[in-house]
Amino acid sequence: MPLVSPEVFAKQELAAVQDYSILSWRAIINIFSGPRYWADIFTQMDSIGVGSMPIVVLTGFFTGCVLALQSATSLQAFGSVSLTGNLVALSMVKELGPVLTGLMVSGRNASGMASELGSMKVTEQIDAMRALGTDPIRKLVTPRLYATVFMLFFLTIVANAVGIAGGALVSVGMLGLNASSYFHNSYRALAYGDVVQGLTKPLFSGFIIATVGCYFGMNTKGGTQGVGRATTQAVVVSSVFIIIVDFIVSRAMIGIFGK
Amino acid sequence: MTSSNVERNGQDPGAGEVIVSFEDVSIRFDEKLVLQNVSFTVQRGETRIILGPAGGGKSVLMKLTNGLLRPDSGKIHVFGEDITTMSERDLFKMRKRVGMVFQESALFDSLSVEENVAYRLNEERVPEDEAHTKVVEALQFVELEQAISKYPSELSGGMRRRVSIARAIISSPDLILYDSPTAGLDPITSTTIVDLVIKQRDVSHTTALLITHRMQDAFLLAMNRFDAQTGKVERIPNGGIDDSTRFLVLNEGRVVFDGTTLELVHSTDPWLRDYLA
Repeated sequence: MPLVSPEVFAKQELAAVQDYSILSWRAIINIFSGPRYWADIFTQMDSIGVGSMPIVVLTGFFTGCVLALQSATSLQAFGSVSLTGNLVALSMVKELGPVLTGLMVSGRNASGMASELGSMKVTEQIDAMRALGTDPIRKLVTPRLYATVFMLFFLTIVANAVGIAGGALVSVGMLGLNASSYFHNSYRALAYGDVVQGLTKPLFSGFIIATVGCYFGMNTKGGTQGVGRATTQAVVVSSVFIIIVDFIVSRAMIGIFGK
Repeated sequence: MTSSNVERNGQDPGAGEVIVSFEDVSIRFDEKLVLQNVSFTVQRGETRIILGPAGGGKSVLMKLTNGLLRPDSGKIHVFGEDITTMSERDLFKMRKRVGMVFQESALFDSLSVEENVAYRLNEERVPEDEAHTKVVEALQFVELEQAISKYPSELSGGMRRRVSIARAIISSPDLILYDSPTAGLDPITSTTIVDLVIKQRDVSHTTALLITHRMQDAFLLAMNRFDAQTGKVERIPNGGIDDSTRFLVLNEGRVVFDGTTLELVHSTDPWLRDYLA
């Protein structure tokens, strides 16, 4: 990478933030005016939502399993192994479910969006689309944005559910806990604020995954090498953003709900 | 050499409406000045061939004409409207009257040939049957109707270029932009593509801008015509030259020639003579 002066670097970064903001804003407001590409939205929902099910289920399930295993070891020291259900449910719903689902979907779909749009950019297909009278943000970015936000919400619920189920399997099968007591404790542990917190996060993560993936894709330069670079950057930036925004949302929710 | 001392032809073919006009247009990418004070006009029905060495700003000029890029300075008028200050929404309306053939065809990989050619019609919600009929007609024009259900990855480079031409002409545009339609093709396939351009020019008399690196393609265009009776492209008799074909030569972002075929051939400019040789 060529070295540039701090002034040029700052200008470049500021311009990138500006471009990202404009792209995101246009992607959001496009849904409020025609033409709307519903078929593309449903195709993306299938590709992003249904396509991500296996990795989300596997990640959620084994996270629940390992959480039960690890927390039981610590709880045993206090003679509170029966509270494993509480710990698994709270950790999954408030934190691990939304964050891990976001990261997994980011790895799969932010990269997919960046490479697909990046390839279209370097082969002039984006320009061809504009030349044929179609707004590429409306046709390509808006469907991906709404499909990701919508589907990530449900994927997170699936991850939470299989995570708690995984925890139950370990608790009952390996730790010898009572299944009824596990589920009862899990249910009792969750308050309204916990569920709201857990289900607010995927809305932000979905937005980050789609806009960051599409931003790097639409701004790809430099042929196939550029596509590779855009893909890597999309995954790295969206993953870091997801974790930063997770912290901000958690703090805001604690402020609102007091826990 | 600036636009003021460019060789110019006194007569404008057709002497009609100006379809494209560039006035002192400049654009730079990063620190590199790609086009510098470029001025020229294209009249209705004219085929303007843009020649020049690689990296001279020809493709950038084509994208500027379609509003895909905006100049740093100067004015560009297309169909009499200033597109340099036009909103993206108005540019989409303007582009409905323009067909563009990209250098590497730029066909949509995920769509079949039929869907690619019908793309614009599908966007305009044209009924399926009507769109299919038009696609077949456009593919017949480029002699590729047998490839209607294929995907771009199954086509050769020349076939992709022909599909790209079909996609550009399907809505009978008032202006066609050909960005190096023969680049990277073998001589026989190149001649097929040039024949299609000649056919389109002589059948519908559409205004066109065409970039080429191949001098023989340029002269084929200038010295041949399409015979509707025989359905073939043939040499204009008695060494005749097509009146509607004019040339623009760019070098390092500047216009070095703007005129007719005869003026180009008889130019005394040493750089131009060297380039043509």
